[in-house]
Amino acid sequence: MKIKILIAALILFSSFAIKAQSVKEVNYEQFKPYLNNPSDTVYVINFWATWCKPCIEELPHFMTVAQDMRHKPVKFIFVSLDFPKYKESKLIPFIKENVINEEVLLLNDPNSNFWINDINKEWSGAIPATIIYRKNQRSFFEGQVSYEELTENIEGKL
Amino acid sequence: MKKAAVLLFAFVLSISAFSQGYAPGDEAIDFKLKNIDDSYVSLKDYDSAKGFIVIFTCNHCPYAVAYEDRIIALDKKFKKSGYPVIAINPNDPVAYPSDSFEKMKERASEKGFTFPYLFDETQEIAKTYGATKTPHVFLLQKEKSKLVVKYIGAIDDNYQDSEAVKEKFVENAISSIVDNKDVAVNSTKAIGCSIKWKK
Repeated sequence: MKIKILIAALILFSSFAIKAQSVKEVNYEQFKPYLNNPSDTVYVINFWATWCKPCIEELPHFMTVAQDMRHKPVKFIFVSLDFPKYKESKLIPFIKENVINEEVLLLNDPNSNFWINDINKEWSGAIPATIIYRKNQRSFFEGQVSYEELTENIEGKL
Repeated sequence: MKKAAVLLFAFVLSISAFSQGYAPGDEAIDFKLKNIDDSYVSLKDYDSAKGFIVIFTCNHCPYAVAYEDRIIALDKKFKKSGYPVIAINPNDPVAYPSDSFEKMKERASEKGFTFPYLFDETQEIAKTYGATKTPHVFLLQKEKSKLVVKYIGAIDDNYQDSEAVKEKFVENAISSIVDNKDVAVNSTKAIGCSIKWKK
């Protein structure tokens, strides 16, 4: 049991150590803990893709807010829904080019009919979509989120 | 003042009811939209059809592109049994130039679409139906003079790989209708590209 915890801690630790520009590929089961982190931090989880124009339009707001709030307990996680076969040719070059220093995950799980509802019953599956949560306080947005909405919502949870 | 507030409330309610779109069991409206051959297409033109596989789709979206061959296969398989595919592009070509009417013509000829590919220029039909993304399927059944929504959602359960599909949602729904059974899975969800609404 202890060994399991140690291994889990190691994996967790190493995942923090790997900074941007390496993208972890996860299925829904592996991704789910990111939606339920019990810590005091406010988590901003943004579902996006490199080909999604409205996602790319709102990305600068997210980067600015992440920069503004770098001394606060706020963590941004960008969950890419790009096709896994384009990870090396499109996703990683995009992350480098746009200097995304926040964590990026690639959600590779075709069973979206299950996980879209499991993430939020209100979500139609269109992206962008954003979850902002701290413990049990949770907000969900389908569609773009403005700089103001984002700031206000995060501050409301801090 | 109070009256105005009540009116406003009713207005907001009616808008939110409108933006909800259809649910399975609802009656769907017909439309008259421009096809890539420059003719206008309405569902009432299809006398012998028993129903329709209405698919909101587009050129620019990788998820829609991933389904193109499967949409052609659906049309080939079900047109003869009375359920043709009717594809509709609801996107604003100002936001997505590759979704313009001209580009629709190009894509349809490149891929050899066997079905009408209509342009919902005012976006009224997508809004009324409640399409939010591409691809987004609405399976309609003719019941007397009505068009009844039988299924809403994805084509199948694997957008990445047609070989790995376990459940063919649209095909299963049509089989159930043809066998006079209730559609067991009448709504599903899938990731798709948000429809860009005109401002």
